[in-house]
Amino acid sequence: MTTDASSRADSTPDDHGRTTGTLRVKRGLAEMLRGGVIMDVVNAHQAKVAEDAGAVAVMALERVPADIRRDGGVARMSDPALVEGIQSVVTIPVMAKARIGHFAEAQVLEALRVDYVDESEVLTPADEEHHIDKWAFRVPFVCGATNLGEALRRISEGAAMIRSKGEAGTGNVVEAVRHLRTILGDIRALATSDSAERYAWAKRLQAPIDLVEEVARTAALPVPLFCAGGIATPSDAALVMQLGAEAVFVGSGIFKSADPPRFARAIVEATAHFRDPEILVKVSRGLGDAMPGVEISTLGTKLADRGW
Amino acid sequence: MSAGALRGPETASGLRVGVLALQGDVREHVAMLEALGCTVDEVRGPADLAGVAGIVLPGGESTTLSMLLGSAELVEPLRERLRAGMPALGTCAGMILLATEVLDGRSDQRVLGAIDLGVRRNAFGRQLDSFEADLAVAGLDGAPMHAVFIRAPVVERVGAGVDVLASVDLEGASRPVVCRSGTVTVASFHPEVSGDPRLHEIFLRDVAAVSATRTAYQHA
Repeated sequence: MTTDASSRADSTPDDHGRTTGTLRVKRGLAEMLRGGVIMDVVNAHQAKVAEDAGAVAVMALERVPADIRRDGGVARMSDPALVEGIQSVVTIPVMAKARIGHFAEAQVLEALRVDYVDESEVLTPADEEHHIDKWAFRVPFVCGATNLGEALRRISEGAAMIRSKGEAGTGNVVEAVRHLRTILGDIRALATSDSAERYAWAKRLQAPIDLVEEVARTAALPVPLFCAGGIATPSDAALVMQLGAEAVFVGSGIFKSADPPRFARAIVEATAHFRDPEILVKVSRGLGDAMPGVEISTLGTKLADRGW
Repeated sequence: MSAGALRGPETASGLRVGVLALQGDVREHVAMLEALGCTVDEVRGPADLAGVAGIVLPGGESTTLSMLLGSAELVEPLRERLRAGMPALGTCAGMILLATEVLDGRSDQRVLGAIDLGVRRNAFGRQLDSFEADLAVAGLDGAPMHAVFIRAPVVERVGAGVDVLASVDLEGASRPVVCRSGTVTVASFHPEVSGDPRLHEIFLRDVAAVSATRTAYQHA
């Protein structure tokens, strides 16, 4: 796979010689979000709070993961009116979630002209075997992954951005750290492998050999790697950025905290200045209570186990 | 402006330039500038400006960058250096930050005012309208630039003393997308993403010229 390959969605140039929906254009937006914070919001008011705090994008959904976890039942794509309401009040990119394998939900989100679709394990999966064929869309997709093989399978299906799954809605960063370390550790090991070993890597990762070769050559994923799942404090953001994440998604961590505007702003600053402990001190001081956290071993359902 | 005037410097080695590294596609700019032979400092605070002879403002989210420029206390130091003639290159969000006026931006959006332009954000629409196309840029030798426009801005007002080097059609009107004034060059697309070094070469030529003038002055 090369970076100038076009997606399978219609990509003929228009009358002005312009081509939309290409791989480069899809990955390009992810590149522009690097070093930023993408915040979960459930209404227009929260979207404004997020933009005012310096979010690079918002994720429009009906319930943050902590509430999805509490309420149980089937979690689905948001009501189009909710997505439109959020699009109408912010000027930054608006993303929205579709269920794993639910390409009809993704079609609706594309028709709503969202800027990115998150094929997300936070919602209840619609297909227990197949993910969405993301090459068929002009809108770019982000997908979660817990390890390098899963990341490369999603990229082979057309994902233009990968995020760690972490364990959404817990306020506990331990799973996101595990996923990042697994993905980045395997990339480092793969980059030092010899040509014969790469076939064994492809087999072990259950990933296409051409993508395995590309990672071995470049020592990086072919698309940006962001972190999601359990980030609740400025220091959490600094931790995952130092581990190698290129941007962070914050779900419940902002609007389940004691002071959402301040938490949002503090996490934005911490993500931009992730190697500067002085700034972390400044933005963390007197911030108030973070969202209540959950011990992973007490969970009934691990969302990260969804996806194949 | 003659074609020769826009060529890159003979050699960029010895030049030290900064890339604003608060958010956005910093890595691509750093990689391109290093490939052209100069030393690159990532700029996150006023102290990082001390050693650099030019500044690149990357693509990213302009509202976020505007806020982070404020909290990093970089707005005044950058304005001061730009007023004093420090060369600059801005792509996409970087173009918005360097302009004098942001149309339909946030009311509290900070601008550096280094090039007299009125810029409209997200002028082509949402991500589905992002595109790539070949673009003829005045004064550049060789093939058209392959331009990648990501939720890109366009120029709606061009001030005095600003040269328009390339424009695109938007809803029947011709809108500037590459402009230059003095030693400030801006593009609403991402040459750092498509890997075309020619605008970065122009920037480095400006840096070399300004540095040479300074050195001559100091030795006089």
